[in-house]
Amino acid sequence: MVAPRPLHDRALDNLRFIRQTMERAGSFTAVPGWGQVAVGVTALAAAFLATRQPTPELWLATWLGEAIVALAIGGSAMVRKAYAVNDPILSGPGRRFGLSFLPPMVVGGLLTVALYRAGLWHALPGTWLLLYGTGFVTGGAFSVRIVPVMGICFMLVGAVALFGPAAWGNWLLAAGFGGLHIGFGMIIARRYGG
Amino acid sequence: MAKQGAARKTEAVEHELKSERGGGGGSRAAELDRLIHERVRLGIVSALAVNDSLSFNQLKALLKTTDGNLSVHARRLEEAQYITCTKSFEGRIPKTEYRLTAAGRRALERYLDHMEALIHATRQG
Repeated sequence: MVAPRPLHDRALDNLRFIRQTMERAGSFTAVPGWGQVAVGVTALAAAFLATRQPTPELWLATWLGEAIVALAIGGSAMVRKAYAVNDPILSGPGRRFGLSFLPPMVVGGLLTVALYRAGLWHALPGTWLLLYGTGFVTGGAFSVRIVPVMGICFMLVGAVALFGPAAWGNWLLAAGFGGLHIGFGMIIARRYGG
Repeated sequence: MAKQGAARKTEAVEHELKSERGGGGGSRAAELDRLIHERVRLGIVSALAVNDSLSFNQLKALLKTTDGNLSVHARRLEEAQYITCTKSFEGRIPKTEYRLTAAGRRALERYLDHMEALIHATRQG
């Protein structure tokens, strides 16, 4: 005969069930609005600096430098907001958001190397914007509705960059990584607590 | 068979919960606990607590349950005014959407408090 489980074990089990259900059903709300605004401002500065570079290599280096700065600002802002709103990054919707957002970023990095080697500079802005947008569309499935909408906007700008004149590339990067980050960042900050 | 086992387990815990309250005697509090305590109903209320609204199909996928089971449990919560149900059409496809009411949120909070109190009490004892 099996001994009945202690009452507190059952209570713990119920609490665990509630937490797991909430995690599965919940949205990742720690996408940082103000962090995105800051990233947008640095992207506008990078776009301005990139136009003044004499070689494509230096242009690429400027944007890669901006990517590192953006990663540092966006990453730290997300961790700060996640702590503030008590939204874990490594479990539940946060984890699913990260796992969905990451693959397009990895693909973007690999395609950057491949396109650089092939000398296809003009394809880089469109590729970056499209894959960045894809990351927000896929990751946004586990976040608030505005996040995938932002991703679609990045993809639209990316499509224009990919098929438009090469001369538009840098300005479309400014419009996407600068303008869209600032615009959507302000909306997210106002509606979703920072 | 598994369902019968789960039902027995639920009843056993309900009995213990009543005992914790000093018998309960069919009090209003005991009645509210029984309503929330069942797993599917607890799942519905927990999922709606972190979403403005969820559709019938979203809840079904989330709780991995059948149409009939979800429908019956959602109806019980609706009758208790813990959730509201809105039926509409998306094109030609009917859509049922659920929302948690203020009473439902309070019931979940009470349930959480009760579980925490039980754990606290048994650890101290």
